[in-house]
Amino acid sequence: MAQLTKSDIGGFLARQGILVAFAVFIIGFTLANPRFLDPDNIMGVIRSSAILGVMALGVTFVVISGNLDLSVGSMMSFSTIVVLDLHDKLGPTLAIPAMFAMTLCLGALIGFLVGYLKLNSLIVTLGMLSAIHGLTLTYSGGKNMDIADKEGTWFSVFGQGDALGIPVPILLFVLLAAFLGIVLAKTPFGRKVYAVGGNGVAATFSGIRRARVVFTCYLASAFCVATAGLLQASRSMGSQNTVGQGLELEVLAAVILGGASLLGGSGTIFKTVIGVLMLGFIQNGLLLVGLQFYVQYVVTWVIIILAVWLDIAAKRGTLWSPIA
Amino acid sequence: MTGQTPALRLEGIVKTFPGVRALDGVSFSVMPGEVHALMGENGAGKSTLMKVLGGIYQPDAGQILIEEAPTVMASPLEAKAKGVVFIHQELSLADELSVAENVYLGELPRKSFGRVDWDRLYADTERILDRLKVGFTPQTLVGDLSIANKQMVEIARALTVDAKAVIFDEPTASLTDAEKDVLFEVIADLKARNVGIIYISHRMEEIFRITDRVSVLRDGQHTGTAITADTNEEAVTQMMIGRKLDLSRNVAHHELGDVALEVRNLSCGHLYKDVSFKIRRGEVVGFYGLVGAGRTEIAETLFGLRDPSAGQILLDGQALRITSPTDAIERGISLVPEDRKGQGLVLGMNCRDNMTLPQVDDLKAGPFVAEGAEVAIFDQYRDRLDIRTPGWKQLVGNLSGGNQQKIVIGKWLSMHPNVLIVDEPTRGIDVGSKSEIHNLIRDLAAQGYAVIVISSEMPEVLHVADRIYALFQGRITREFTSEDVTEDSLVRAISGLADNGGAQVA
Ligand SMILES: Nc1ncnc2c1ncn2[C@@H]1O[C@H](COP(=O)(O)OP(=O)(O)OP(=O)(O)O)[C@@H](O)[C@H]1O
Ligand SMILES: [Mg+2]
Repeated sequence: MAQLTKSDIGGFLARQGILVAFAVFIIGFTLANPRFLDPDNIMGVIRSSAILGVMALGVTFVVISGNLDLSVGSMMSFSTIVVLDLHDKLGPTLAIPAMFAMTLCLGALIGFLVGYLKLNSLIVTLGMLSAIHGLTLTYSGGKNMDIADKEGTWFSVFGQGDALGIPVPILLFVLLAAFLGIVLAKTPFGRKVYAVGGNGVAATFSGIRRARVVFTCYLASAFCVATAGLLQASRSMGSQNTVGQGLELEVLAAVILGGASLLGGSGTIFKTVIGVLMLGFIQNGLLLVGLQFYVQYVVTWVIIILAVWLDIAAKRGTLWSPIA
Repeated sequence: MTGQTPALRLEGIVKTFPGVRALDGVSFSVMPGEVHALMGENGAGKSTLMKVLGGIYQPDAGQILIEEAPTVMASPLEAKAKGVVFIHQELSLADELSVAENVYLGELPRKSFGRVDWDRLYADTERILDRLKVGFTPQTLVGDLSIANKQMVEIARALTVDAKAVIFDEPTASLTDAEKDVLFEVIADLKARNVGIIYISHRMEEIFRITDRVSVLRDGQHTGTAITADTNEEAVTQMMIGRKLDLSRNVAHHELGDVALEVRNLSCGHLYKDVSFKIRRGEVVGFYGLVGAGRTEIAETLFGLRDPSAGQILLDGQALRITSPTDAIERGISLVPEDRKGQGLVLGMNCRDNMTLPQVDDLKAGPFVAEGAEVAIFDQYRDRLDIRTPGWKQLVGNLSGGNQQKIVIGKWLSMHPNVLIVDEPTRGIDVGSKSEIHNLIRDLAAQGYAVIVISSEMPEVLHVADRIYALFQGRITREFTSEDVTEDSLVRAISGLADNGGAQVA
């Protein structure tokens, strides 16, 4: 079969679809606006992807364990507001650990509901999305939060500083990705996450405490959200209480784009990082070709659909199947 | 049968997977009204050949002929439309749907506006279920059925169309003797209607009971076809594994140790009642009974998956509660579960990781999993159990059914448990490996492990067990030693009939 048939091309697209689509985007954007491949632009994309990326790392754990986390956006708003508020009341040294502790409590609550009570993660985290939003508004009294003395604090170092010539947000993202990547790929805990997501019953029969694994995944997710909140607060030194709104979908899009299956049991941190960067470049490209930023909301959805479709197609080997 | 056109013929079929040549030019045919057995070791290529025939895989070379007309089977639906029906080795049912919906999946009868004609659906299904003499209704949820009953649903599917050929891939692996008899009646009925039947099984007695011809595959090649009536078990085995098999029982008697596990008056709701038994180190105890007699439920209780409602479990003389599988494993109890796909394996994980999953916390180098040690364990049990796979990186889901079962067994053997419980350990395993696993169980006992073998295969319990407990409807009805057991009294004990030999258990 030397001749390429239509179904061969379909099969190739099905297997490598995401990379092909991404290559098409890059070429298209570069042709439309050569500035797209400018080193400054590339650095800018990576930098602005860092916050989303940090959140996606935690959600990767949750998704591989076979669950969803739709609460990360509003949880990130919460962390940002809390740390800004406490900064002026307690000073940065106490504000940061206090904010992490509060965020981890939220993660523990979700982990308890999904892991130990075995409630559906979609319902639990969708509910938490709304509940945490309410909590944030209550906490802030509906007002935006600002650091009063922006010059007299070292707090801005996380969002705006440089270390070793690299912007701190990028550095934190890379370090956290490396750490969590190793945890997932190399430790017994990581192995258990895959087992629980791949076949929860078989994991139980292998003596794995499923609830504890799921619980820990949500804690990891909350830790990442807290880190993202810290980066966000430190970058802007003040914030609206809806700053993380909508991020849950973008995070999910990045994770799926990286190739994690929503059914659980597959995906890696490395792939998620790739997914985050792809999403960042696509959004940046859309801006550079002159589209309004709110087009992104539609594009995010299109990307999710495309990624899920291609994921199924890759398993099937064809883009389209007549069998239900 | 000469001079007739075959119902189905395969010519020079080749199918390769990365690293595996699963089929290497196989030719094969079935006559109308013939029951043709397909045999071969685990991983020989039987299921793959049938999947090619059923339109699930496309062959790399070769062709399929239906009544001598070349055909392409592009999909399972197309194969079904052309009269080739496939009953899978691995169950492929939707648990959330009713029996009727599963039986007619993809072809539900319709009324106007595409509405489902439920009355007709239930009536049609009822008719098929009657033929199969099963004890559930078309409305039952498939998820609520036992594995054996799910198998019957799978068989019911095959009876919905006017088939030219029906493929049974290890249909009896989880059926009881009574269910088997029903299946054989169904097969006889199909045969009388001139349907060609391909029958895959590792059980010799079935092959000689119902088939007309036997074909053997070995390493993806067709090694021969014989008229069943003109051959015998030994010859078929020889064709399959290329050597003779030593089936003599391994009764190297050794000293028994202390009582490892004792159960006193254990009950669990209506699942089983007032069960008492003990097992000593170095002993193999068989639990024999029909599916549903409570055997699996007792095992699950010992493994911490069910809470007993009354009674005591004593491990090394100490009464204790086993609250979870984690707890059971820590105390040295292992369970090879009955459902390898659902309970035994993570199909999307590789062979090595599956095998070491229960001990992943103990195999550490610093904070990391010691992958070298894992590979060593995998290699050891691959050799010992003769697992056919191109390497440890292969996903378990890509292994043949029997090789998957061997991974589950290796997984629990490598834990070196004090008490090993195996639930239907050789389901779907070829004759050669079966005797290998039986020998392994005897070896373990000789090394001082206590082993419980749950089985619905009488030859298996007779072969490996030192003592046998017969179960009937959630109670232990009789206890036999390997000296005083007879097939007849065993059959009576598991059917709840009285007998006057052997020791009656109160
Ligand atoms: N999807 C797949 N990907 C890779 N290898 C495969 C795949 N399906 C089957 N194989 C390999 O092809 C070979 C033949 O497998 P097959 O399932 O046909 O064996 P079988 O004769 O049915 O064995 P069993 O008696 O254990 O059911 C095996 O080595 C198996 O690992
Ligand atoms: Mg098979």
